[in-house]
Amino acid sequence: MPDEKEEKSVKIEELDERIRSMRRDVSNNSVHKTKGELPPSLAGIAARAGVELVAGVAVGAGAGYGLDLWLNSSPWMLIVCFILGAAAGMMNVYRAVNGMGMSVGYGNTRAKTDLKREE
Amino acid sequence: MASPVEQFKLKSLVPFELGGVDLSYTTSSLWMTITVVGVTAFLTLSMRGGRLVPGRWQSMAEMSYEFIANMIRENVGAEGRKYFPFIFTLFMFILVGNLVGMIPFSYTFTSQIIVTFAMAVTIFIGVTVIGLVRHGLHFFSLFVPSGTPLILAPLLIPIEIISYFVRPVSLSVRLFANMMAGHTMMKVFGTFTAMLGLLGAAPIVLLVALTGFEIMVAVLQAYVFTVLTCLYLNDAIHLH
Repeated sequence: MPDEKEEKSVKIEELDERIRSMRRDVSNNSVHKTKGELPPSLAGIAARAGVELVAGVAVGAGAGYGLDLWLNSSPWMLIVCFILGAAAGMMNVYRAVNGMGMSVGYGNTRAKTDLKREE
Repeated sequence: MASPVEQFKLKSLVPFELGGVDLSYTTSSLWMTITVVGVTAFLTLSMRGGRLVPGRWQSMAEMSYEFIANMIRENVGAEGRKYFPFIFTLFMFILVGNLVGMIPFSYTFTSQIIVTFAMAVTIFIGVTVIGLVRHGLHFFSLFVPSGTPLILAPLLIPIEIISYFVRPVSLSVRLFANMMAGHTMMKVFGTFTAMLGLLGAAPIVLLVALTGFEIMVAVLQAYVFTVLTCLYLNDAIHLH
């Protein structure tokens, strides 16, 4: 019966199409939905922000202290790096709170906000 | 009365020294072993049947698998799929470690900064190596925010470099501080209960709420640690 055979091949083609479209969906999804942010729980964000700020200052001050020991330039590197560290900490907090994830740099962020705007 | 931080003290169970370095098997190692065995048992035993319609245990195992698979797909993308084993292991290890720590008389190894820091540094180095291998020297463009005016570059690049090196510190401190603070607080309220006698019923109410809160923190922190790992991985793979 040729009819049945045709039907079968049509069905298989449909199935192929469905599989293909699902595959596409999966790989499309993978190219970043506008997600990548932390859970919208305020407590989580607050805790993160605090740690981020302190860690920035601590790492900056530590790096400055180390550089001072190495270059014998006490206290200049400490002062400079302390301030840079504080700036880095604040920037990280800004990124965390805006739900931009933790990406260094702005490229991602901009693409994400553009996407959001388009929506 | 025991001090609230006494619970974090390490006891060496099997003393062992190698070349002047103390490598004893401690309570922390014991609970890490329990966690690893527990996770392995949970995943293998629950998937043993492998039914098409999952039972309760199989559902739990599948849910945790899908949770991490989705997390990687959303945060890293298709290229992140090959890092699934590492991220899944990381998540299960931290999650079960945190939860096992909630059992009375157990030990929370995630409340040790050296444990969390070792994990964070491993991730940090691994992610950096992945980025370097994939992009070569182009990887360092990560430190130059796109669209930076040239005048601002000398200021912004050091800030970006510091904020890159902050990652392992903030990642480890966040988990460690949350676990340590929570367990200290529970111990403090527990001590109140013991000291107040009959009036101790009041802190018990709080202690119940606090226990629930701590379980939430345990899950949330495992999630945050894993999501951040994914985001770092994403940075290294896609730059910007």
